[in-house]
Amino acid sequence: MSAVAQLVEVGKAFAGRWALKGLNLSFPAGLTTAVVGGSGSGKTTLLQLINGVLRADRGEVRVFGEPVPQHRPEAFRRRMGYAVQGAGLFPHLTCRRNIVLVAELEGWPADAINTRYAELMAQMELSEEMAERYPHQLSGGQRQRVGLCRALLLRPALLLLDEPFSAVDPITRVGIYERFEQVQRREGVSALLVTHDMREAVRLGDRLVILKEGLAVRSGPTEEVVRSPNDPYVEQLVNQHL
Amino acid sequence: MSRKPIRGKRSPLRPWRICCLAAMLAGAVAAEPEPIRIGSKNSNESYLLSEMAAQLLESQGFLVERRVGLGGTLIAFNALVAGEIDLYMEYTGTLSQAIFKLPRNAGRAQLNRLLAAKGLRLLPPLGFNNTYAIAVRRRQAQALGLRSIGDLASHPHLRLAFSHEFLERQDGWPGLAQAYGLDLGVTGIEHALAYQAIAKGAIDVTDAYSTDGELLRYDLAQLRDDRRFFPQYLAAPLVRTDLDAEAVALLRSLGGALDDDRMQALNAAVVVDGGSFAEVAAGFLGEQGVATAARPDDLWPSLAANTAQHLKLTFSALAAAVAVGLTLSLLIFRRAVLARSVIYACGLLQTVPSIALLALMIPVFNIGATPAVVALFLYSLLPILRNTVTALCAIDPTLLRVAAALGLSRREQLRHVYLPLSMPSVLAGIRTAAVINIGTATLAAFIGAGGLGDPIVIGLSLNDVSFILQGAIPAAILAILTELAFEAVERILVPGHLRAAQ
Repeated sequence: MSAVAQLVEVGKAFAGRWALKGLNLSFPAGLTTAVVGGSGSGKTTLLQLINGVLRADRGEVRVFGEPVPQHRPEAFRRRMGYAVQGAGLFPHLTCRRNIVLVAELEGWPADAINTRYAELMAQMELSEEMAERYPHQLSGGQRQRVGLCRALLLRPALLLLDEPFSAVDPITRVGIYERFEQVQRREGVSALLVTHDMREAVRLGDRLVILKEGLAVRSGPTEEVVRSPNDPYVEQLVNQHL
Repeated sequence: MSRKPIRGKRSPLRPWRICCLAAMLAGAVAAEPEPIRIGSKNSNESYLLSEMAAQLLESQGFLVERRVGLGGTLIAFNALVAGEIDLYMEYTGTLSQAIFKLPRNAGRAQLNRLLAAKGLRLLPPLGFNNTYAIAVRRRQAQALGLRSIGDLASHPHLRLAFSHEFLERQDGWPGLAQAYGLDLGVTGIEHALAYQAIAKGAIDVTDAYSTDGELLRYDLAQLRDDRRFFPQYLAAPLVRTDLDAEAVALLRSLGGALDDDRMQALNAAVVVDGGSFAEVAAGFLGEQGVATAARPDDLWPSLAANTAQHLKLTFSALAAAVAVGLTLSLLIFRRAVLARSVIYACGLLQTVPSIALLALMIPVFNIGATPAVVALFLYSLLPILRNTVTALCAIDPTLLRVAAALGLSRREQLRHVYLPLSMPSVLAGIRTAAVINIGTATLAAFIGAGGLGDPIVIGLSLNDVSFILQGAIPAAILAILTELAFEAVERILVPGHLRAAQ
């Protein structure tokens, strides 16, 4: 099975303290890998090493089979979608402009943009009348779905999801899970979901990585990890949340 | 000579500039001669004398440019040394005391030796002696039996208020008090306000100039200077030595033409009877057998020209400040220490009083529009820089992380995230700068930059509210229009929910 991203002996320190300590991880293409950890576990740092916003202090990060580029990372990053907690929509842009901005910058023709936009809006069950609304005029769940549309617009090979569902109420969240899973299946996009929510990780992840204090204490197919935690911290997570 | 009955209709000297322009255009058909640039300080006697010199030269076919209302002796003198103007009217006492700081008043011959080193020459005096005078209300002087300055010693209850310059100068109050052995409490007062204050009885004694028309207007008596303390202040044309010989000969012909009473009467014709400088100057020259061309005296063209010049000063400074301020902000906002230092430095500039900043510009940029624009530019920087840097630093870091992660380049992040999100604050900064500029630019008249400050400066020297309003009202209207224009721009550039008002 080919890997969309790989970490080999990756370490990252902030102010002399190691946030990630020698990680060896592989994220298989076409699957959703959920990275679970509490605050300070290093899970957001992991995402930022993969899209090149941060640089590893040791070891190597490879994405799409190549080392993360040092210069002009824009083209590289546009092969990855990015969605974040609270959606992070630009408040000065309408819903539509938030979604299509990167495609315009990429120089897509207008009809291609329109087609892709309409397709994603339909898949995320967002009505056309949202188009000209500003983020503050949308509900939390709508904002989150707009954020996912924006992340998916350029048909990325990899989606980086930084707790994108955690600011949404539980009932709405289940609906968004379903939308997301459908789109992901249809588009065949690999996903790397960072979350502190074990239930969400099990619900969406084909595979799990459990991070604790900068170390991957357990990783593997979701069912296998749940069935045999093999680690007191993982066992605690499984028992408390499932 | 006709005098306009309604004083508000009188216009400052601006129509003359328009005439000069017309004359220049006419002259351009033939050879283009260099105009003789005549300066004046911002006292009404200086205006009047400069206007006389200007009309005299014009009557003999010289092209003249009036750069009047310069804000003080040093500004006018330095402008002359720098060649920004070719002549203005100066007083022997002022040259001795304020310029050359001589222990005693020098005669013309000695002054000319000193002036020659600077490429200047003092022509023969016009005849009158406009020295300091100590003025009191005539009625009070009669009631108390005040005749000479020494009499003040026996009336310690009198309220003395002197102009700030008089209080400072060695040939002013400090020397006077010593010479007469006076030990009295004094306060400072703006010279233009002193006459009203003494007329209304708010003060009892003030300094005046012995040829001031206001002495007649307010029925004030001068106390005799028995000990001959005050030096002579003989007015004379101060010219550059490279001034055209024929022009010099004409100016020499004014020598001895005016005595004290004549000058006081001419001054009163302006400040008491409401004649314009041009009319009074033409009347005097007519008596001397010099025929001067009649000139239109119209409010609207001068108002339009002043407003246009004001807008030019304000908005060229603002445009430069926007360009520099925004660029600088973008360069420094990511470095906190540097950004703070730059903002502090600009804040320091802001604390320099506007008139002082304008004066500081003169050694570098001389007088006229350039130093004014530079000073206004410096004033505009702070609001623009501070608002821009603050807004750029305050942008939600999540949005910046998203922008980077979505693959926006630095330039795209600026264009699509930083600038639009900081726009309301940036616009507010530019708007503040524009409104401050419109107000501050009125002071630029003191350094010969023109604009709506011109009528204000003349109005101050004449103590004439109608003149002041000719500058103040249009300036206020400009400020309001600017506010409205920026609101409109904001409505176009910023979505409703992000506007400052919300």
